[in-house]
Amino acid sequence: MTALVDPPVTEFEDNDQKPMGHGRMLRKEDPRFIRGRGHYVDDLQLKGMLHLAILRSPMAHGRIVSVDISAASAHPKVKLVVTGAMLAEQGLAWMPTLSNDVQAVLATDKVRFQGQEVAFVVAEDRYSARDALELIDVEYEQLEAVVDVRKALDPSAPIIRDDLDGKADNHCFDWQTGDEAATEAVFASADVVVSQDIVYPRVHPAPMETCGAVADYDGIEGKLTLYSTTQAPHAHRTLYAIVAGLPEHKIRIVAGDIGGGFGNKVPIYPGYVCAIVGSLLTGKPVKWVEDRSENLISTGFARDYIMRGEIAATKEGKILAIRTNVLADHGAFNGTAAPVKYPAGFFGVFTGSYDIQAAFCKMTAVYTNKAPGGVAYACSFRITEAVYLVERIVACLADELNMDPVELRIKNFIQPEQFPYTTKTGWVYDSGDYEPTMREAMRIAGYDELRREQAEKRERGELMGIGVAFFTEAVGAGPRKDMDILGLGMADGCELRIHPTGKAVVRVSCMSQGQGHETTFAQIIAEEIGIPPADIQVVNGDTDQTPFGLGTYGSRSTPVSGAAAALVARKVRDKAQIIASGMLEVSVVDLEWDKGSFRVKGDPTKSVTIQEIAMRAHGAGDLPQGVEGGLEAQICYNPENLTYPHGAYICVVDIDPGTAQVKVRRFIAVDDCGTRINPMIIEGQVHGGLTDGVGMALMEMIAFDEDGNCLGGSLMDYLIPTALEVPDWETGFTVTPSPHHPIGAKGVGESATVGSPPAVVNAVIDALKPFGVRHADMPLTPSRVWDAMNGNAKPPI
Amino acid sequence: MQVSMTVNGEEFTREIEGRLLLVHFLRDHLGLTGTHWGCDTSNCGTCVVWLDGEPVKSCTVLAAMAGGHEVRTVEGLEQGGQLDPIQQGFMACHGLQCGFCTPGMLMTTRALLDRDPNPSESDIREAISGQICRCTGYATIVRSVQWAAAEQAGTRTSVVTGSPS
Repeated sequence: MTALVDPPVTEFEDNDQKPMGHGRMLRKEDPRFIRGRGHYVDDLQLKGMLHLAILRSPMAHGRIVSVDISAASAHPKVKLVVTGAMLAEQGLAWMPTLSNDVQAVLATDKVRFQGQEVAFVVAEDRYSARDALELIDVEYEQLEAVVDVRKALDPSAPIIRDDLDGKADNHCFDWQTGDEAATEAVFASADVVVSQDIVYPRVHPAPMETCGAVADYDGIEGKLTLYSTTQAPHAHRTLYAIVAGLPEHKIRIVAGDIGGGFGNKVPIYPGYVCAIVGSLLTGKPVKWVEDRSENLISTGFARDYIMRGEIAATKEGKILAIRTNVLADHGAFNGTAAPVKYPAGFFGVFTGSYDIQAAFCKMTAVYTNKAPGGVAYACSFRITEAVYLVERIVACLADELNMDPVELRIKNFIQPEQFPYTTKTGWVYDSGDYEPTMREAMRIAGYDELRREQAEKRERGELMGIGVAFFTEAVGAGPRKDMDILGLGMADGCELRIHPTGKAVVRVSCMSQGQGHETTFAQIIAEEIGIPPADIQVVNGDTDQTPFGLGTYGSRSTPVSGAAAALVARKVRDKAQIIASGMLEVSVVDLEWDKGSFRVKGDPTKSVTIQEIAMRAHGAGDLPQGVEGGLEAQICYNPENLTYPHGAYICVVDIDPGTAQVKVRRFIAVDDCGTRINPMIIEGQVHGGLTDGVGMALMEMIAFDEDGNCLGGSLMDYLIPTALEVPDWETGFTVTPSPHHPIGAKGVGESATVGSPPAVVNAVIDALKPFGVRHADMPLTPSRVWDAMNGNAKPPI
Repeated sequence: MQVSMTVNGEEFTREIEGRLLLVHFLRDHLGLTGTHWGCDTSNCGTCVVWLDGEPVKSCTVLAAMAGGHEVRTVEGLEQGGQLDPIQQGFMACHGLQCGFCTPGMLMTTRALLDRDPNPSESDIREAISGQICRCTGYATIVRSVQWAAAEQAGTRTSVVTGSPS
């Protein structure tokens, strides 16, 4: 099934020739972006608009003794000051999180993390709102903070969530998967067992545009319009209806252009609710846009898993079982965005791409005095953590067995004939053909030559490392029988209308944050119905204009909404075929589709184009019996299964032995995301994810001091890769279509973020082999690499 | 206080507070929202504009400091309905995704090409190293600038967008 295809070598001139469907095509959204004419939320200027700023907690844990807003309220430009106590009177002080926990909109009793929302001000302008925050006098009684996740369950630990009835500890949830006894039996009799403590530290998606909203409540119509940075407009609308008690048909969410999301813009944040309250109370549009520090310290973080990985194998290198124990830091509120039945997201795919006999995972999640979140940063619902665990522990096993890491992986891959393959934790991998993907990466890398170079350099005392990672993702959530978020099934609607002149509008429920949906979805429709992409308008992000669906995250746009788009186009095409049969006066079965027209079988001179059919569908004259006028359709697609993209990554690093600075010299990524719709966009998605991975592996970490003060609250402290830290990416691909997706596509938005961190870390550890280093945790900053070289590798938390 | 400056060739005079940042002056007072606000600490570069021909981070320049000077923003790149080659290059080479960092990247790289019409890859990476893009991984931005350089020089014949492999 896998086809090895040479990467398309396309000249720019070719890009201007718009394909009729799948293929490299320039993006429809770019003409506005390169002119500075995007429509981001902070660009909105509504008549009479006021500005909102939020007062945040200076400490990680404290009791609110008093809040004095008199001076702030007296500020001449201030229109409104609201505290938690005032919200509590309206029953709005708390809101549900996406994980059935609650989170304070504004703190009433205690503050539970540094940066938590305490009060807000609405003023005439941005600066005055900020000024007035300084005038609010809050008296706190500081409490001991729970910062060290390993001590969160100590009997002596202060209780964070005393807002919850009867809560007497900081336990959040327990979760397990796999067969404990069977796994133990395999481990007990295995030739080789390797164990490793592995930390995936807290990181942050930090999209270039921070979160924000403009709430505009029309008191006469009783209608709220909320322009906001949301990756899931429809889900947000329903949740606002529930939280604020507003009728859902009187709520319109407009997402506009979003300046990057990466999961950061999935949750509902207190700031959005504050903006709504501000507009309800003032009767004016209210804008809230957080600054960078607010974004980093208070919005959805990612990872924060402390893992112990164990792997059992024969001495010949056949992997038998994988076991892990995880301590998960969920912060002060469980704000994880994941399907309800999956509190650990899709971490259950920690068995990776390997055919093994047994697996088991036990997880304990706890509350700490840190910002809530947990599932963000292009993680595919915790698959980043799962893939990092398995690919690090497999690398440790290769080291233990003194086997080449590629050879070990190939020896243990699930074989193509085993698909659909049910893992020992119950995931049904839809399709895959792993070895050709691995070999393609080796070919591009020149793997054997790299190993020779490394051997020579080791002789000379130079530190060169080659890291390998192979991943299988589970994306496209998901089948509604298993997956919902707060009771909302994860199916996606799509609506397609063909206008009389043959131009089309497709309305999708998912929401681009830069992925290029206006282009990709036009191409999907074009491929199915033969209307050029230039003639297809894609509408997303406005709940009054698009059908219901759960939004864009977890790489689900193409697997779910993309399937919906293909199927709605086929539904329209079926109707077009009936109309064509009337126009050509033949039976429906005597027609064949020729991308853009129906023609009579055996008589190519008799045909009608989709544009001619569209005019007939809306025009005068009879239609075949029982056929309504018009040419449009709507569907809701419920995925049969997740899709399972895979990929093979090879990273080459050089480490300066004098400074311990890691330089990523080369990075080869071969991705298999099934059918490829727009290779240019796919390559862009991969490049971005690889950069994330290098950042997490080498630079990024949200750290805290012992009092719970966030040490990563600005881009001076939270380091993100620039053009100098990353190489020119080398990409390739294989194609193993998904058997259940209508066009065989699998999703690619997060593959590289998932697959690249272990490749980089494995490369660094490989380079440090002469020092006897088997593991060092991210972020592999010069000081941490230096420590590892000197036998002092320490976990970052 | 009153401030007057030339923005994209047009003279503007406004009554402002002395503390007003140039980025907010451009966005909120002149409605030129192409220039973005991303970090407050001069790290991200979404706010880069030209001040008398030099790229500056407008989140750390007071509007008052630009008084009497010439400012150029992304809205001023297109001339007489003709896109600047750097704008064309970013479109042609997928040098942008979400578009948020793009205006700053365009202003910085336009300045680079004015200074050095044929920059090397490392020159380009160095030039944009004060700016952050979370989407593209920078390689396509480098290619975009190379495309624009070749376009300007009239040497663009067969620049390849595909993987180098």
